[in-house]
Amino acid sequence: MATRSVVPFGPQHPVLPEPIHLDLVLEDEKVVEAVPSIGFVHRGLEKLVEKKDFHEYVYVAERICGICSFMHGMGYCEAVERIMKVEVPERASYLRTIWCEMSRIHSHLLWLGLLADAFGFESLFMQSWRLREKILDMFEVSTGGRVIFSVNKIGGVRKDMDGEMLKSFLALFDEMEKELRILSKTFLNDYAVNSRLRDVGFLTKEQAHDFGTVGPFMRASGIARDTRKLGYAAYPDLDFEPITSEVGDCYARTDVRIREIFQSFDLIRQAAGKIPGGEIAVPVKGFPDGEHFMRVEQPRGEAVYYVKANGTKFLDRMRVRTPTFANLPGMLETLKGCQLADVPILILTIDPCISCTER
Amino acid sequence: MIDGEVLTIGPGDLIPHVLQIKHDGYRLIQICATTVKDGYELTYSFGRDNEMAHLRLQVGPYAQVMSISNIYEPAFLYENEITDLFGVPIQLISPDYKGKLYRIEQQTPFK
Repeated sequence: MATRSVVPFGPQHPVLPEPIHLDLVLEDEKVVEAVPSIGFVHRGLEKLVEKKDFHEYVYVAERICGICSFMHGMGYCEAVERIMKVEVPERASYLRTIWCEMSRIHSHLLWLGLLADAFGFESLFMQSWRLREKILDMFEVSTGGRVIFSVNKIGGVRKDMDGEMLKSFLALFDEMEKELRILSKTFLNDYAVNSRLRDVGFLTKEQAHDFGTVGPFMRASGIARDTRKLGYAAYPDLDFEPITSEVGDCYARTDVRIREIFQSFDLIRQAAGKIPGGEIAVPVKGFPDGEHFMRVEQPRGEAVYYVKANGTKFLDRMRVRTPTFANLPGMLETLKGCQLADVPILILTIDPCISCTER
Repeated sequence: MIDGEVLTIGPGDLIPHVLQIKHDGYRLIQICATTVKDGYELTYSFGRDNEMAHLRLQVGPYAQVMSISNIYEPAFLYENEITDLFGVPIQLISPDYKGKLYRIEQQTPFK
């Protein structure tokens, strides 16, 4: 008869950059149940809407996460803009789209590095992050910082990218694409990498739906849903289809994210080719009154921004349903039946962002 | 002004409506609590493809709400969060963290 034991995993663990705790119930080496604990660094940022006026709150929303800072700011701004019926200039929408896709490339490259580090492939980890540095340099050139803060505002954006800058970025993306093609061969074809990723942590299409998963975690199980298709920012003008895989294991999640990086390069090229001239922001007068649910496709999946306003400068409520929060139940399901040694890799393949979860 | 229809229902109608929504093939997107003058407003958001629909409950400060975690398993996280932060008593959450999902010093800080 198998011996049952409970192994604590986290909150401090070599593969976890941020704290989350799981009680893993094991039968010998097999996980039969995982019980999560979160809240080690809960910040209560949603509560700050009571203290910051709705313009100032953009800076708080951006600080939900250091990787998706731009998208958090944009999601909040778009929710308020829709309540106030503010028409953002077309150029600002295109700029937002370009920074969103750059953030996605940055996030996926960061994740690829963490994954390589988790299975002990140090040179692959360093190569992934070396490539990521180029994106961070582009952030710095275009926004003034390696983390994008204070670029979004209600009514548009504060920074612009001129033609020269965009041209230089496109040349850099061409170089990055070539380098990523070489890297992706190792991620997708190397025997040692394959042995850690293939046939591990299956999530079926039905489970992905029932557990409310989002983003690449969901699309790797065969559901072709991408919130960018809802048509915010400049996405309605761009040609793309959700990237999916039918397999649903850790390898499929890696494959989907790698293909999404190539898709982001393509979306940026499309946006750079179509970006119109003109203003990058419009003045916003008055206070919001009403409510809106804004959905944005972040690197980890759909994020939901709920804003409820009462006609004063302070909002009644601002809530963010982050993608990692939505993916936790699906992750717990994939852990059932896996080997203890696969747990770190499996947790990583949902690309957990605890900073977002502990908003 | 809202992405999808919001249907306001009474607490007793929650389970039948959620069962119907589940039967219609919707996934659970989120559950959100908001403090209002006479208690709380709970908004349950569901999605099918790109469509979004919401159920809304107005509950008093001490009203008990039934959990939907036996219908939508992922609901347990949202319901435990609402119990921890707002102090809304939600019955039969599975699993119920009994106010310990978030390790925070102040009890029910959003109340």
